Amino acid sequence: MEKRVVFRSSWLPYLLVAPQLIITVVFFFWPAGQALFYAFQRQDAFGMNVTFAGLENFEYLLNDSAYLDSFKTTAIFSLLVASGGIAIALLLAVMADRVVKGALAYKTLLIWPYAVAAAVAGVLWGFLFAPSIGIVTFVLKQFDINWNWVLHGDQAMLLVVIASIWKQISYNFLFFLAGLQSIPRSLIEAAALDGAGPVKRFWTIVFPLLSPTTFFLLVVNIVYAFFDTFGVIDATTGGGPASSTQILVYKVFVDGVKSADLGGSSAQSAILMLIVIALTVVQFRFVERKVNY
Amino acid sequence: MKFKLAVFASAATLALSAHAVTELQWWHSMTGANGDRVNAMAEGFNKSQSNYKVTPVYKGSYDESMTAAIAAFRAGKAPNIVQVFEVGTATMMGAKGAIVPVYELMKNAGEKFDPSAYVGAVAGYYTDSKGNMLSFPFNSSTPVFYINKDAYKKAGLDPEKAPTTWKEFAVAAEKLKAAGQSCVYTTGWPSWVHVENFSAWHNLPIGTLENGIAGLGTEFKVNSPTHVAHLETLVDFSKKGLFTYAGRRNEAEAKFFSGECAMLTSSSAAQGNIRKNAKFAFSVNFLPYHDSVKGAPQNSIIGGASLWVLSGRPASENKGVAQFFNFLSSAELQSQWHKDSGYVPITNAAADLTKASGYYEQNPGTDVAVKQLNFKTPTANSKGLRFGNFVQGRTVIEEEMESALAGKKTAKQAMDDAVKRGNEILRKFEATNKGS
Repeated sequence: MEKRVVFRSSWLPYLLVAPQLIITVVFFFWPAGQALFYAFQRQDAFGMNVTFAGLENFEYLLNDSAYLDSFKTTAIFSLLVASGGIAIALLLAVMADRVVKGALAYKTLLIWPYAVAAAVAGVLWGFLFAPSIGIVTFVLKQFDINWNWVLHGDQAMLLVVIASIWKQISYNFLFFLAGLQSIPRSLIEAAALDGAGPVKRFWTIVFPLLSPTTFFLLVVNIVYAFFDTFGVIDATTGGGPASSTQILVYKVFVDGVKSADLGGSSAQSAILMLIVIALTVVQFRFVERKVNY
Repeated sequence: MKFKLAVFASAATLALSAHAVTELQWWHSMTGANGDRVNAMAEGFNKSQSNYKVTPVYKGSYDESMTAAIAAFRAGKAPNIVQVFEVGTATMMGAKGAIVPVYELMKNAGEKFDPSAYVGAVAGYYTDSKGNMLSFPFNSSTPVFYINKDAYKKAGLDPEKAPTTWKEFAVAAEKLKAAGQSCVYTTGWPSWVHVENFSAWHNLPIGTLENGIAGLGTEFKVNSPTHVAHLETLVDFSKKGLFTYAGRRNEAEAKFFSGECAMLTSSSAAQGNIRKNAKFAFSVNFLPYHDSVKGAPQNSIIGGASLWVLSGRPASENKGVAQFFNFLSSAELQSQWHKDSGYVPITNAAADLTKASGYYEQNPGTDVAVKQLNFKTPTANSKGLRFGNFVQGRTVIEEEMESALAGKKTAKQAMDDAVKRGNEILRKFEATNKGS
């Protein structure tokens, strides 16, 4: 028998969920709705001059090569961040799982970076790689590598990818570690008795059993790369050079906040909203089925 | 000291609160020593009378304080005065109804206000096509050319003779490089120095319709053969290791005063900072020019910021703002501000006063910016610029310059793309602001 609790009162349940609903409406639906509304308007910075623009803002965007480039940049960036972050965290988790002595210390150290704010992480890595004063730059110079991400786009991209991955590894690590610890020892021991080496055991038993975790992390990491890396980028490259690290969400900020082009920026937000919705649907609909639970 | 000041300030507030003191908010972007000067100006005004109290508030960098002011205005909580940088000028001018033009403010308050008291190169920037001054000039600078005299000596060059043309520049740069200088030349504000001021200095248009001053229908003209050739020169320098790109803002200045780079083009307002930090002798010079361009050098144009008065505040407050502006206009205050900050004097009286005080003889190099701004009578190409959404426009130019320097595009392609993308921004601004 299913156990159900039913409210007798007709208004009490609504009252109880009201705070949550109000917060959602005021802080999420309202601004989102306003952005959608602005996306069809032409307005000056101060909002003195507002006219209906129809689809003009979108038309402008789709013809703007800088905007289309930003799509490519975002795709490369999120792919690198998600795959790099997951791979490194998995390696670290597998290693930490095998450690017998001082495991707690290792784990604590690996979880540490998660407590660092994105902007701080950006500044930190920015300093290490700073074109004239960075330590890493200095080392690279010894190997005759001309490191100047202020000018070279691929170097700038590498920098924000490294900083973003570093920031996210702890989170991935925690989930992988928990996943590893929930794999029954008996399975691994049985395989070992059958003569499977550590590598074979990993690929045939551990990795497939981790796939729900990996899938979950894939979703979270891509969303992270899309939206939460803003601080890292703002604190280091600021989208440059030549917009080579200008991911979609950063462009929304630059056009809307810095350049006061609210119509164009809102249109970008609207498109971004669609992308996120599509991404979520695709991932849960299609990718989930292939995952071995 | 700080504590004493705070006690004094609160005591002063208490004393004044006996009267009905009207508070005036002044949002600015001045940091460090300049921020202290801003506070001192407000304090000076507050002590000079008892009806108004100006409260300066640091609101972040130029673009941040402008954004904050816009947001505050939209929320109906605008500050009285906001300091807006020169690239935001067109946006502010376009926002009729959101601002109170300074000439109107002063007239309504019955305060004395003479636009001709201002240095031409400065006033022109903030004056509309009908000759009315819309904002109150506050801090103006212009790019100048700094050289490390010690590095020159080391390379066997005459430290007293800074290159005047880009040809001479190239020769000196090669020698510095040969002498083992790791970074020969760098620049701050790439678009401001190498496109906007480059155009004015060579008497070339940055855009049609007098660089946008004469109308919203302006189009960028920065892909002329001379512009492209200059960018090619920079790309060539960069390839040969004679030019190190440092970023879009003033990052380059630290590379110069640390001794890493031997030559720098950046704002004249960087002088104070360089003087404080550099452990070598340096000189301030005119920007180099291409002697192949007829009529060059012309005069350079300003950067910096002006004070805008936002609308929606009661008339009584606007009266106070007018009084405050009158206070700020005094030659003594302006001259002191010029000496302390490295910004150019913005009134003729302040310029004369500074000269008469013998300051320029005691501090060589401090007058270079003024001389360069007034080198010749400004032409339609060199009196300033006014492009809508130029925050975006300048970013586009800088992005394209970076593409060329990184070898992703040819100089020609980069400048063509800059013009194409820049014009799209201008058309968008025109469509938004038409009929206003």
